Amino acid sequence: MIKIKTTDRYNITALRSFMTNIFSLLAALVVISIIFLIAGVNPFFAISEIFSGSFGSLYGIKETLTKAIPLILIGTGLTLAFRAKFWNIGAEGQMLMGAIFATWTGLTFGESLPSYIIVPLIFLAGFIGGALWGIIPAILKIKYSINEVISTLMLNYICAEFLTMLIVGPWKGKERFGFPGTNNFPDSAILGLIPGSRIHYATLILAVICAILLCVVIYKTRFGYEARVVGENPDAGKYAGINFLKTSLILMAISGGLAGFAGVGEVAGIHHYLGYPASVSSGYGFTAIIVAWLAKLNPVYTVISGIFFAGILVGGDAIQISLGLPAATVEIVNGTLLIFLIMGDYFLNHKITLQFSNK
Amino acid sequence: MEDIIISTLQRAMVAGTPLLLATTGEVICERSGILNLGVEGVMAIGAVVAFIVTMTTGQPWLGVLAAIAAGMAISIIHAFSSITLQANQVVSGLALTMLGLGLSGMIGKPYVGKPLSIKMEDWVIPYLSDIPYLGKILFSQGPFFYLAIILAFASWFFLERTLLGVQIRSTGENPKAAETQGVNVSKLRYFSVIIGGGFSALAGAHLSISYSKSWIEGMTAGRGWIAIALTIFALWNPGRAIWAAFLFGGFFVVQYLLQPLGISPNFLAMLPYVATLFILVLISLKDPRKLNAPAMLAEPYKRGER
Repeated sequence: MIKIKTTDRYNITALRSFMTNIFSLLAALVVISIIFLIAGVNPFFAISEIFSGSFGSLYGIKETLTKAIPLILIGTGLTLAFRAKFWNIGAEGQMLMGAIFATWTGLTFGESLPSYIIVPLIFLAGFIGGALWGIIPAILKIKYSINEVISTLMLNYICAEFLTMLIVGPWKGKERFGFPGTNNFPDSAILGLIPGSRIHYATLILAVICAILLCVVIYKTRFGYEARVVGENPDAGKYAGINFLKTSLILMAISGGLAGFAGVGEVAGIHHYLGYPASVSSGYGFTAIIVAWLAKLNPVYTVISGIFFAGILVGGDAIQISLGLPAATVEIVNGTLLIFLIMGDYFLNHKITLQFSNK
Repeated sequence: MEDIIISTLQRAMVAGTPLLLATTGEVICERSGILNLGVEGVMAIGAVVAFIVTMTTGQPWLGVLAAIAAGMAISIIHAFSSITLQANQVVSGLALTMLGLGLSGMIGKPYVGKPLSIKMEDWVIPYLSDIPYLGKILFSQGPFFYLAIILAFASWFFLERTLLGVQIRSTGENPKAAETQGVNVSKLRYFSVIIGGGFSALAGAHLSISYSKSWIEGMTAGRGWIAIALTIFALWNPGRAIWAAFLFGGFFVVQYLLQPLGISPNFLAMLPYVATLFILVLISLKDPRKLNAPAMLAEPYKRGER
């Protein structure tokens, strides 16, 4: 008789962690293939289409990098929140609030200020917008013990309705000829693109810098240490005198603020005006959760996992056209990947041995 | 004016029905100690399966059964990862929601926008429906309304008054003690998660074959998340869930009542979500200790651990 025995594993090497991720992704790929088969699509063809659509051409690579920008920014912020076990599911709303603040700043001051002043200003405004929307759930959690999953989600819906209210009402621009949306940003407030692409490089550079900076914050500063203690051992944190409210406020301001940056990039770099919520963000706030998880909650790795998932988004668009699959396909791929990633954690944290006995 | 109020209340009951079903399921699930954030996704699966089966067979109740079966089946994923593999329940539930929304979108694509010609007749209760005002509001509703209330009462009885119910609650409060009493913690948690999934799918079935009689991607519109909030609001008690759900049903329909007053429809659409936060604050202000969440909610249980 074969008996499965599991024991806890304490020394987890970076290599083991990496290999676990790879095996999880491969296992997910098998399940995704089965789903494709059931849907009547050749899985080898579909999966190769996804990756050739995103990484197989110059156009694909450019689009992938464009979509990686918000994913890296939001994913980076989420690594910090998730390390403190603050389940911020509200990046979508924080991103929209960042876009709203940036739009107001750009449209109000853009005409009269030169580019080198207005561009930093709209980024600052976007950060503040996202941060403000992010600290609400922190206050609700610490002061009123309201589960942050619920509050961040509710704030997503509230922000989306608020944004729509603005663009069909007071902020509706004449340049849209009766359609909802604000006027275009003045030229000085529009972010520069890498020629021949939609990559707004300022935001991309900002995203990479933020990822590196946040890595330093998490591993090298007192605040980062406190945030990790809040997540891993809250009781010890209380004894050590960590101010939970302060720590949560700061980490959610950063997490929300980075999502706000992502919102700035989308409106000032790509659309140049504020439109419907679904056009500002195509679910980046949710996809970024998987980005953060694949990066094993290390901000620097979000740069890689962000590009990977941006590739899936771009490739997903490609197979919609070439194979006639619905937009929801990407969600299935993402959901399956996430399930296998968290299941993989079990094999990372446990040693599994088979015991053979004669019984 | 009288007519408007009656019809608003009547619609509040209809809007509250899926909330009540999903909340009841989540209460059972969370009482066993497992947090399931997959409600929204399972609801979407229930909605699409119920719609397709009803449309192709012409049998709404067959659609309902198929939806429940599908909801239970997909919930096994969450049960497996959070119980057997002791994975993070928040992330596992989110993944289930993503998967459910995605799968429902894929399966339902050919059915988007097609109207359902089969109608589920309202159950007009003899005599009771003649009561002025109340008769119209409470006793001339569709079958799902009665089903939701009966199931909520039955679940309350099950959790509070039956041995199995007590055992489920004990796995959520103190799994170690439950196990020493001979309770199989994993088995009961699996049972609770799967039952909860069935309830969520039933809520989805109501949305697609009774409430809107059509299928469109994302039609669950956050109701699954509100159900999770209502679970807290109901203090993990299916009995309390009844009035909590219908109060929130009211928040969903009152926007149509206020719209003619010239208030922005988007502003009114925020109402259910703002109300959720507001009420959670009120509960916490009143007496935080009354938030008697299951002690081991979302804590993985390892056998043989101290």
